[in-house]
Amino acid sequence: MSDVYPQRPDSTPTNPLTQCIRACNDRGDGALMPFIVIGDPDLQATHAVVDALVAGGADILEFGFPFSDPPADGPVIQAADVRALNNGTTPVDCLAFIAEVRARHDHPIALLLYYNLVLQHGQERFFRDAADAGVDAVLVADVPLEESGPLRAAAASVADRLISNVLIASELSTDARLDQVAEVAGGYLYAVSRVGITGEQQDVAAGLQSQLDRFRRRVPLPVLVGFGISSPDHVSAAMAAGADGVISGSAIVRRIAQFGVGPSRDIDKMSAAVTSFTADMKAATRGTWRKARSATSSHL
Amino acid sequence: MQLSGRFGPFGGCFVSELLIPALEEMESAWLAAREDSAFKAELDDLLARWAGRPTPLYRAPALSDTIGCEVYLKREDLLHGGAHKTNNTIGQALLAKRMGRTQLIAETGAGQHGVATAMAGALLGLNVRVFMGAKDVARQQPNVRRMQLFGAEVIPVESGSRSLKDAINETLRYWTETVATSFYVFGTVAGPHPYPSIVKDFQRVIGEEIRADLQAELGRLPTAVMACVGGGSNAMGAFAEFVPHPEVRLIGVEPAGHGLETGQHGATLIAGRPGCVHGSISYLLQDDVGQVLEAHSISAGLDYPGVGPEHAWLKEQGRAQYVSATDNEALDALSWLCRNEGILPALESSHAVAAAMKTAGQWQAEDVLVINLSGRGDKDLAHAISAMDARGGVA
Ligand SMILES: Cc1ncc(COP(=O)(O)O)c(C=O)c1O
Repeated sequence: MSDVYPQRPDSTPTNPLTQCIRACNDRGDGALMPFIVIGDPDLQATHAVVDALVAGGADILEFGFPFSDPPADGPVIQAADVRALNNGTTPVDCLAFIAEVRARHDHPIALLLYYNLVLQHGQERFFRDAADAGVDAVLVADVPLEESGPLRAAAASVADRLISNVLIASELSTDARLDQVAEVAGGYLYAVSRVGITGEQQDVAAGLQSQLDRFRRRVPLPVLVGFGISSPDHVSAAMAAGADGVISGSAIVRRIAQFGVGPSRDIDKMSAAVTSFTADMKAATRGTWRKARSATSSHL
Repeated sequence: MQLSGRFGPFGGCFVSELLIPALEEMESAWLAAREDSAFKAELDDLLARWAGRPTPLYRAPALSDTIGCEVYLKREDLLHGGAHKTNNTIGQALLAKRMGRTQLIAETGAGQHGVATAMAGALLGLNVRVFMGAKDVARQQPNVRRMQLFGAEVIPVESGSRSLKDAINETLRYWTETVATSFYVFGTVAGPHPYPSIVKDFQRVIGEEIRADLQAELGRLPTAVMACVGGGSNAMGAFAEFVPHPEVRLIGVEPAGHGLETGQHGATLIAGRPGCVHGSISYLLQDDVGQVLEAHSISAGLDYPGVGPEHAWLKEQGRAQYVSATDNEALDALSWLCRNEGILPALESSHAVAAAMKTAGQWQAEDVLVINLSGRGDKDLAHAISAMDARGGVA
């Protein structure tokens, strides 16, 4: 399969995250990447959530660092940020947490966070610490293509294995923009299934298939669809539209909040709910990869 | 983007990829509008006949005596709406129309920018939706009512610290979901590129008028220009014309709240350090790891933990100087100006007056000090009077 993805200097085919997506696809499945906020509802419980995600069949783990001002996130994830901040979770705690996860699980680990936390940690130091902790890829939510140079340079200078250039595409991305994204993006393309913020939604947007076709023609990376993927039906719809995998955050965070917070807090119940939801989501990815596509379909 | 939106190392366009197309479109509409004489004519006509420009430059005799030089007040308090905010909202609303948008959205803290956006929307037939921290909704009821009178919908923001910074986050979120139809009217010279440049463009009329009036009256440039700094729009508007003239001192006044040493203030440039929030790199009030702190000021319009990136650059270059005035000093200046000049300044603008009064005796008699009186204080009456009562009566 090595010849179907163009070789790229900044996204070597050997990086574990991209490899993991391809391995799922080779089995005929989509990759499932759940998102949670570290420290929500507290660090110990987040470890339980990670184990529950893994038990449910998560392929890749995506973590957010809590931030005071997250404008790309909807109310569910904002509330998770607030819970994590209220119990004192810092970026250093988050890095230590990831190192602990890395010691228990060999799943690829992605981060989605905001730029000020990277800046204040020191960009180079951040990428060195992230790589040391076992992070495979980083998406900085408020750093678009044109501002991503310093970030990529800082990452390249300290951690050659870590992908610092995960970029986002949406239906609003012009072809010219996608070509620019293709020049620098690495790891996977984060395809936003609807223009908006994170959160749950009723239906996956109608035009998704033609959108994903367009992305794939221009950006030679696996495509993970995120934002609003909150039920197995959404997973099926995204896979049928041609996704290589899906990202689901708010639906999981909502279950964490439901069982892991407040007077009736029950960590076992929380874990069970997370595992069973993850398993349902994972099941919806099975055997669906490029099913809807023509017989001539290949990785590209 | 056609321009980098950088001011030295500050500024930039740090937003979700999803907002880039809208900001690119806005940048090109703005660049085209700048070159379009019809756009400028329409804007100037509205500013003159609807909003009341030019505003007077008034030599304040009592202040001049007290401070010991020629002190002039730039009377933005007399602009329609009661503050300089109108210059910007009319400009951006015209830009929104030019881009075919049907809805204006805005954040507001004190409500002044929200009111100015609501007025502009009513004037130009655009729907207006204003996001306001739930805390501010409670403490700024008259402005909430004013916005509603102008037909705007006011949405209380319950997330985060329920104040201005959270209102900005919420407006960004709503904008991300409605970019095709809505135009985000940003209230100050902060935010992602191109806002710091657009807002400066629409506010620079303040400094242009100061310069022309002084030239006509005294045949000279001012010695110094002072203005309060929340996000920095009235200050940038007053400074821009003089930035290329190093002999003119530029002095921004930040809110020292209960005192810089208490940590309860909004003196971002004086006590913050560079960081990234709300779309640009600038000074920021933040904790050690980069979580944004809440600001404090008696004046809601200065109660913001960020500041426009061009101010950060003016500070870093030593081109402008940033000083502060406390809540108490601002209250004193407010009542002093009422009694001695017959002018009720906004609590925001009172910070500039207070800082100017603290420089008494440091000037040559012939020096010309211009204070930008960014707004009038009617909106602050209840709040200011109860604060004065709490201190044991009027100073
Ligand atoms: C009268 C007045 N002055 C100043 C400000 C502060 O904003 P800026 O620093 O952008 O001028 C405000 C904000 O609401 C205001 O209403």
